[in-house]
Amino acid sequence: MTTRQFGQPIKRKEDPRLVTGGGRFLDDLGHTAYAAAFVRSPHAHARILDIDVTGALDVPGLIGIWTHEDLPGKVGEPLPLLIPHPSLTAPVTGYCLAPDEVNHVGEAVVMVVAVDRYAAEDACGLVRVDYDVLPPVVGLENARAATDLVHDSAPGNVAAHLVQEVGDVDIAMAAAPNRLTLDLQIERSMCSPMEGKGVYAVWDADDEHLRLWSSTQTTTGVRAAVAAKLDLPLAKVDCIAPDVGGGFGVKIVHPWPEEVLVPWTARLLGHDVKWTEDRREHFVSSAHERGQLQQVEVGFDDDGHVLALDVRLWHDNGAYTPYGIIVPIITSTQLLGPYKPGSYRCEFWSLYTNTVLVTPYRGAGRPQGVYAMERTMDAIAAELGLDRAEVRSRNFILPEEMPYDHGLLFQDGRPLKYDSGDFPASLAKLKALVGWDEFAAYKEQAASEGRRVGLGIGCYVEGTGVGPYEGGHIVIETSGRVNVATGLTTQGQGHQTVFAQIVADELGVPIENVFVTTGDTRRMGYAVGTFASRAAVMSGNAIALAARQVKAKALRIAAEALEVSPEDLEIVGGMVRVKGAPGTSMALGTVAVMSNPLRYAFDEAARAATQFAGGNDPDKPPVAAGEEPGLEGKDFYSPTQATFANGMHAAIVETDPVTAEIRILRYCVVHDCGPMINPMIVEGQVHGGVAQGVGGALYERMVYDESGQLLNASFMDFLMPYASEVPFIETDHLETPSPLNPLGIKGAGEAGCIPVSAVIASAIEDAEGFPIRSMPISPTELWELRQRHTEPVAAQGEPS
Amino acid sequence: MKPAPFVHHAPTTVAEAVEVLRAVGSHGKILAGGQSLIPILSMRLASPEHLIDINGVAGLDRIEVRDDCVRVGALVRHTQLLQDESAYAALPLLRQALVHVAHPAIRNRGTTVGSLAHADAAGELPSVLALTEGVVEAVGPRGSRDIPASAFFVGPLETALAADELAVAVRFGRFPEGTRTGFAESARRSGDYALAGVALAITLQDKVIRSARASFVSVTDVPDVLDLSGAIGSYAAVPDLDAVADAVRAHVSPDTDIHATGDYRRMLVAELTRRLVTELLSR
Repeated sequence: MTTRQFGQPIKRKEDPRLVTGGGRFLDDLGHTAYAAAFVRSPHAHARILDIDVTGALDVPGLIGIWTHEDLPGKVGEPLPLLIPHPSLTAPVTGYCLAPDEVNHVGEAVVMVVAVDRYAAEDACGLVRVDYDVLPPVVGLENARAATDLVHDSAPGNVAAHLVQEVGDVDIAMAAAPNRLTLDLQIERSMCSPMEGKGVYAVWDADDEHLRLWSSTQTTTGVRAAVAAKLDLPLAKVDCIAPDVGGGFGVKIVHPWPEEVLVPWTARLLGHDVKWTEDRREHFVSSAHERGQLQQVEVGFDDDGHVLALDVRLWHDNGAYTPYGIIVPIITSTQLLGPYKPGSYRCEFWSLYTNTVLVTPYRGAGRPQGVYAMERTMDAIAAELGLDRAEVRSRNFILPEEMPYDHGLLFQDGRPLKYDSGDFPASLAKLKALVGWDEFAAYKEQAASEGRRVGLGIGCYVEGTGVGPYEGGHIVIETSGRVNVATGLTTQGQGHQTVFAQIVADELGVPIENVFVTTGDTRRMGYAVGTFASRAAVMSGNAIALAARQVKAKALRIAAEALEVSPEDLEIVGGMVRVKGAPGTSMALGTVAVMSNPLRYAFDEAARAATQFAGGNDPDKPPVAAGEEPGLEGKDFYSPTQATFANGMHAAIVETDPVTAEIRILRYCVVHDCGPMINPMIVEGQVHGGVAQGVGGALYERMVYDESGQLLNASFMDFLMPYASEVPFIETDHLETPSPLNPLGIKGAGEAGCIPVSAVIASAIEDAEGFPIRSMPISPTELWELRQRHTEPVAAQGEPS
Repeated sequence: MKPAPFVHHAPTTVAEAVEVLRAVGSHGKILAGGQSLIPILSMRLASPEHLIDINGVAGLDRIEVRDDCVRVGALVRHTQLLQDESAYAALPLLRQALVHVAHPAIRNRGTTVGSLAHADAAGELPSVLALTEGVVEAVGPRGSRDIPASAFFVGPLETALAADELAVAVRFGRFPEGTRTGFAESARRSGDYALAGVALAITLQDKVIRSARASFVSVTDVPDVLDLSGAIGSYAAVPDLDAVADAVRAHVSPDTDIHATGDYRRMLVAELTRRLVTELLSR
């Protein structure tokens, strides 16, 4: 019997190639391409008065220079608003090149193409742009005060304002025996994929055909957007994602200005053109996330049950809103986590600032929401003197309450309805894993040694696998090779492995024979993209459905040849055989030969398939009615709603009593994404997510000064954690299947990073004995907080 | 992030290198390990017209242990010095400090002398040169000269080297018998520039402290030496840690930046010194 591949922690099929230098990333393509570089705004907010390129014209190797004035038709029009929303009342998107006003440092103003990037940068350095500097709006307080405006078309700097309410919060709050208010803050960070963005375009003038490679999370999206901008028929544009060195959200935004301009210049010049983003460009001209101010008012009974939860959020959306207001919508809905407050209202304002635009970054608004909710849970426990885990547990949605409808609309515009999860079981696992009940004794012992330790906890629910759809396409070649294609893209998640595992099981073929292609519009023209922890759920199920079609067809053809009924057949190890009589069998490759009757013989396999090979019934057509030639199948998966994964994390931290340095001693994760296709890959996703979460909790922030300059736009000063800063991660899993899809799976991609800031804040608060209300936190900030909290108690106000 | 055009010179002798330096003067930059220079060039923060690449110059890659010093040639990589057992035996402070220099990949290319010539107040090696009362050997068109550490560091990123001079070696002075040394620093991430750091040498005779001296990383403009002999007291068993911490706090003048406030760094370096004193005396 073949071992079932689903559930096996098999090694990744793609890794031998990647770790031996066989990867093919964007900058590995196009050796003869011209190089693009950009003159970017040095100002956060300014009017462009004049652009003088004459100084750059004599640079050896210069091919061309373009400003907004040079951009024809739709290329010169604003970039699309990808996700409109009725509450997004003042949407503003940028341009490929800024026409008359720049709204953040790093915005592209002039494009230069030269024979190589050196020459292109030489020319950029000689272009003179005169600006009239305008007052910049930096930081949420300034955006909210709206003394100055980012866009005249957005009064109060408000891009969007949205209120969702379930129950009557005002009445429930007034009736609640206890009330607390928390003012919270969470900083910006960014995706920081190892590979930045990049675009390479080849224009075939004879065929009037554009072939485009982009380091993107959505090739179908880029293809459609570029075709629209360049007025090309979709059939004349291919878009391919080569190996992509990480995305984490920033590459789902499209088209980036460069994705339009590079193909446009390639067509104009009749020569291939490439742009490879450098790290500094990535810091100032891609996207950030996470910055929010939050105000939570909570009413609760004496047992800690939340009766009313009233949340106000101010979300920094940066200079433009091409990706709509997905992030604050997710914050405001996923904030609820595993809990069921008696009533809930969330009001948010999405505000413009003169900073890099804000679009989803792994977690996509959830880390902020979980932070708000979990800080609140800890505050309730502190107020009532109850165990923090117990307070959470009392507010849990119970397994018997699933599916649980919160009465809110989720990011996909559909009801926020949890499909599965067993939160009490997850909490029990977590408490056992971290030693929750033993911690008090450990803390006491540490204190006797002069050490300060704290235990923190955070719970979350993550809507994963949002629609609208993905597809799977499978062709079996006469050699028995199984080609699988799905349209969504891969940025290192291990799709070549997990999708092959699914196909190997469904078709009964050795996993070595299965080859997966992702993100190539030549192979699958219908797709959405890789984001929202959706690849396994969406493409995994679509591929499973496609495989079932292929299998049914293979059995039909083989059944006829073997003169048995299809129900009597099985496929094992790539052989179609009669159940109970394995001697009567034929290879899948042979079935592929039979499925495609040929006129011409070009090799042995083809010879067997020609019309003259004998054995054909002259009374039947070579291809049976209702059949298509080839052993091929295609299907799509389109769910009615998202599926909801969940998890709970706990950490033990130690803070130095003098220097306030913070060390994570233990980090424990209990994770439920349903049945795991490949547990090793899920663990890897969790580890990577926690590492990014640790970055957001203790190290990373985007340090803008008051003029809108990003002061830490390099890996020297933007403190992404090294391996040495990431703790050993202990994991345990619960596998509560989703009832919503054929494989019963839920997404896992973002999970690891979601609650980390909440967990670390909770642990530091426990160690220090005073509230932590702003994250990330550095030693210098913790040290200052200590000084504030050792000041005379009389200075502190009453808790509201 | 591509450098502006430059002329690459590849001398094979010190004399040739000095000749190029003489010819190009302040338009030239020496390239050794390139761990600071190349990023600066790539970000176009500097665009010298000439790079004098000394990696092909013979004879600069030697470590020599002498009675009074450890002499380190201009092409000795941090890793080479870090792993050199005789240098460690003669002057343990070298290895104690070098393990804190960035990461292995950087230490494999970066040179010890280059790091001193770069004179970053956040670098570890300037404080070591200062504490060992070391000397920089410079060669220029006017001949050779020795520059003592106390005169070498003029300000942040600024040294007494003339534009046409090449630092061919440094000599780290060895400590008297009975000296215990240590190095401590705290960085936001391992291998980053330190928020604060301290190099410490305590000379003992029997149980009596004869001298205690310290130099610092990231909290002084130039790595001058603080004599703690008075503050620490005489008896190794009961050092006056509060007085040491007070003396350190009074000596340093740290700035606030995006990673930490000046006040925090002052507290931090005093505490690092206090802990290092305790550690050295309890060895």
